[in-house]
Amino acid sequence: MTISQDLLAKFKPRFLDSGTSAPPDSVLFNYRKFWLLSILLRAAVSLIPMSILLIFSYTMENEAIRNENRLHTVRVTSNARRAVAFFLEERLDALRFLTKEMKFETLKDSAELAEILRNLKIGFGGFVDLGLINSAGVQISYAGPFDLEGKIYGDQNWYIKGIKAGSFVSDVFRGYRGLPHMIIALRMSLEKGDSYILRATLDMKKLAKMLSSLEISEKSDAFLCNHEGLLQTPSRYYGNPLERIELPIPAYSPHSGVLETRDKARNRILLGYAYIENSPYILMLVKRSAEIMKGWHSIRKQINWFFAASVIVILLLVFGISTVMVNKIYDADLTRLKAMERLESSSRLISVGRLAAGVAHEINNPLAIIGENAGLIKDLFTLKKEYQGDPRLMQIIDDVLESVERCGEITKQLLGFARHFEPEITPIQIRQVLREVLSFLGKEASYRNITIDLDIPDDLPVVYSDHGKLQQIFLNLINNAFQAMKDGGRLVISAREREKGSVSVSVTDNGCGISEEDQKTIFEPFFTTRVSKGGTGLGLSITYGLLRKLKGDISMHSKLGEGTTFTVDLPTNPEAEIRNESPDC
Amino acid sequence: MKVLIVDDEEKFVSALAERLVIRGIEADWATTYSEALSKAETKRYDVAVLDVKMPGMSGIELRRRLESVDPHLRFILVTGHGSEEDYDIGRRESCFYILKPFKIETLLEKLEQAVNR
Repeated sequence: MTISQDLLAKFKPRFLDSGTSAPPDSVLFNYRKFWLLSILLRAAVSLIPMSILLIFSYTMENEAIRNENRLHTVRVTSNARRAVAFFLEERLDALRFLTKEMKFETLKDSAELAEILRNLKIGFGGFVDLGLINSAGVQISYAGPFDLEGKIYGDQNWYIKGIKAGSFVSDVFRGYRGLPHMIIALRMSLEKGDSYILRATLDMKKLAKMLSSLEISEKSDAFLCNHEGLLQTPSRYYGNPLERIELPIPAYSPHSGVLETRDKARNRILLGYAYIENSPYILMLVKRSAEIMKGWHSIRKQINWFFAASVIVILLLVFGISTVMVNKIYDADLTRLKAMERLESSSRLISVGRLAAGVAHEINNPLAIIGENAGLIKDLFTLKKEYQGDPRLMQIIDDVLESVERCGEITKQLLGFARHFEPEITPIQIRQVLREVLSFLGKEASYRNITIDLDIPDDLPVVYSDHGKLQQIFLNLINNAFQAMKDGGRLVISAREREKGSVSVSVTDNGCGISEEDQKTIFEPFFTTRVSKGGTGLGLSITYGLLRKLKGDISMHSKLGEGTTFTVDLPTNPEAEIRNESPDC
Repeated sequence: MKVLIVDDEEKFVSALAERLVIRGIEADWATTYSEALSKAETKRYDVAVLDVKMPGMSGIELRRRLESVDPHLRFILVTGHGSEEDYDIGRRESCFYILKPFKIETLLEKLEQAVNR
């Protein structure tokens, strides 16, 4: 057997096969079912509340984190909106200041305008160029990196809106310069009734930088788009300025809001948005849900591992505890069953013994009458001359007498089985007794070529028992072994101190063995397999009775065709109380 | 040698007595204790062979009574019952104790021993 099989056998519950080997009525209950039920119940009791708690806490945490994120997104979006709005308002105010403070002639002069732009850049920042457009829509003065003086803007949206509304913030467009840019325009009305537009291009980079500082986590994205969904500032994932974003445009709301939706790549996202007042812009803050949950997921992973380990430990414990428990019950039941069987068989033997003694007694009296009368007939025949010479008559009488004698022997043996004379307890060397017994049988052994091995350790304790009865017991057992073996067999007699206060002597032969059917009745009187060879069937029952009297015990183990072992347990204790089971006849 | 045999089984006791007579022993028999007592009072016996279990009075008790009639009387106890109790009593009360059924030779031997003790 390999190690793994050994291990498996060690952990395999003993009761698992109990249903198959034993008859169904002798098993007190279904251990396998009980075992499974015990495992299931224990596992359920410990695992279900744990799982419910885990799922509950997951749901709660999820909800809490989602809410917190929504709130956070709204807050950040709201702040950003204020910042962007302030940025635009500030620039517009700067222009407003210029229109009030500067003389119209100063603004008309491109050189003066360049000086003003320089100062604006220093004072405010965020300006790219500055231009003045007359009521005909012609840019009459310009300061900035492009050559745009004299260009006509009269048909442009921002110009028309600017003239109409007084101030205007444009969305991003390409214009004459061919580059995406945004402008703010302010109307200035002169006393003559002429309306001019002071226009400034704002630095997109500054705005973009402002927004990118909002991108708190790596995978989030903050940008501006206009009401048509065209990007105004560069975005990380959704394209470049003037490209269309593939995201739903939320409906107008004066407050910041948050949407849970999916983007083009079907990622779940949290979309924070805010319409910036007095501008065509919507501020958008995109967070990917997967990213938001990332930290939580790593914690959850740890919790899951811990949970899995706990489940495994609990299951192992549950399995172990259930197995040990059912094993214990199984062993206890088995012991009880065995004890019950022994009790049953010993009480049966005792009652059989009682019956045998009764029968023997009843038979002995008529037997004595038959014997004496047959003897009398013989005596009378012997006296009378006419019968004296008749050998046939004599033979008949002798047969009757012989039969009476045989019956007498049997009834005496029967009574011997039931009767227990007070044993005479003396210290006895087992080796000595066995030698004596074997000396009776030595002739037969050598004649039949039977090998006898004596295996008795030198330090075997002395047994306190009845010498004659021990002789009888071993003589019976060894004699039986001889009968069971063919010529040339092997007999092993070994003695061991099995436990404190008890010596076991086993007689093992390699003879024909005893069938399972016969094993049940082997100790009962008149049980014999040697009917034709004159066995009385009393040997083992007498041996049994003797051993009970000596407070010993006898057990057997046999396999048909392989041989039989009878084991005799004897107490070594001189104070051992002698069993008194003799029937009260 | 004069022997008194007491047993409640008449067929047994009569046959046994006759066999002893054939063997030259003066044997009388009785089937009840009163008969046995009256026989012992009228005649002197060497040995009494008593069944241990008899109706009315046990062989042990009868032995005591017979002993008071004739203190020199020797006893052999006979029984068909092999109980430990009987055996113990038999051993205690008398050195001679025979289990039924027995050979006539066994009884003769015991009688011889009883007389010569």
